[in-house]
Amino acid sequence: MKYDKNSNSYTIIFSVILVVVVGAALAAVAVGLKPIQDANGVIKKKMDILSALGIESTRKTANDLYDQYILEEESIVLNTKGEKIEGKAFDIDIQKEFRDKKISPEQRRFPLYVANIEGEKIFVLPMVGKGLWGPIWGNVAVKSDMSSIYGAKFDHKGETPGLGAEINKPFFYEQFKQESISENGAYKKIKIVKDGSGSQPGRVDGITGGTITSKGVEEMLDRTIQVYVNYFATLKQ
Amino acid sequence: MSEKEKEPLFSKKNKKLITDPLSENNPVTVQVLGICSALAITVSIEQAVVMASSVLFVVATGNVVISLMRNLIPDRIRIIVQLVAAASLVIIVNEVLKAFLPDMAEKLSVFVGLIITNCILMGRYEAFAMANKPWPSFLDGIGNSLGYGWILVVVAFFREIFGAGKLAGFQLFGNSIADKANGIELTGLYKYGYLNNNFIILAPFALFCVAIIIWIQRSVNKNLIEN
Repeated sequence: MKYDKNSNSYTIIFSVILVVVVGAALAAVAVGLKPIQDANGVIKKKMDILSALGIESTRKTANDLYDQYILEEESIVLNTKGEKIEGKAFDIDIQKEFRDKKISPEQRRFPLYVANIEGEKIFVLPMVGKGLWGPIWGNVAVKSDMSSIYGAKFDHKGETPGLGAEINKPFFYEQFKQESISENGAYKKIKIVKDGSGSQPGRVDGITGGTITSKGVEEMLDRTIQVYVNYFATLKQ
Repeated sequence: MSEKEKEPLFSKKNKKLITDPLSENNPVTVQVLGICSALAITVSIEQAVVMASSVLFVVATGNVVISLMRNLIPDRIRIIVQLVAAASLVIIVNEVLKAFLPDMAEKLSVFVGLIITNCILMGRYEAFAMANKPWPSFLDGIGNSLGYGWILVVVAFFREIFGAGKLAGFQLFGNSIADKANGIELTGLYKYGYLNNNFIILAPFALFCVAIIIWIQRSVNKNLIEN
């Protein structure tokens, strides 16, 4: 070989070429696959909304079921005060707005989906919050009386398996079906409790060993539902 | 590249590169490498298969790439170069999984990224690919990842059957969760009091499972027993 493989200049040139080639290859892969990954994200979002309504969907059926049950034209966007603002509900990425430090809590937007289940109008309230290790999110469906909960579903990015991660299990989210978000039109907080009194109204049993995640769900519900209760109050007047 | 070689593609020596890691020199049970992922993702066969194929791609491709570059890589930064190869291949696997198997990517979550830290990879790159031609390196990569893969699948097989009562997602013993509100009842074995063993789903059981495989292997092949 003509060149000295162990000279400084060879080592530097070798690493520069390596980094450029690898960087370009990875960028190409990431850009090339982005549209498919984004499409997967859209379908996942639809599946999450449908699951709060108790409708099981797969990646193949999600689009059709979503179009069948969700009334796209009636779905709206709210500001923090619960006033209707311009925008299309599905276009709002609440997780991104929650994450983005440049967007103050007052600037966050709140999509409200309206679904038609066997003639009854059901509202779906999407929400996002903090767990122990990362984001948690969920959708709460509210019946046409704008108070009783029709169904709820939560999920998480990386909560502790067996503990906080259990928020996406039926034994936890099914409890919310007996709850309501308001009493005589005024907001009512849903407490997540440790003492086993979850069967009482306004209370839901938390998860043993998953206290911080449970509290995260409570905070997320509390912060988000108030906005929608304000909006529902204006509808009732 | 293979035309230049005087020996046939699947000579005795080359065949040994594939068969050795399956038993006598198994990366998991003999070298005890890659245990972390063997514990974490062996709760279902599907996950084990996807994980094993990902490792197969990373080790085999990486071995070929490193072997092709072996005469060009400066000695002082060779570990870094191997790491770059491993990391980029793992990122590619992760992106591809996210695009085409999104649900699986979610289940495996961080463990795909953690393939980078799987000792089998760096072990093969440094010990084999740096000193051998591309074709044997490729076979060595295939052999080692198959050796790793079959252990994962066997462990996952037992964990899924006895931990979740399923095999490849299919319920074997009937419906295990009753939901009175929706009129779903226990069926099959569960009606008679059979319960899934939650301990098997937890990581420690994977260790027992691997240990049992090691035990069986060493009682069959006495050469493996250390003094």
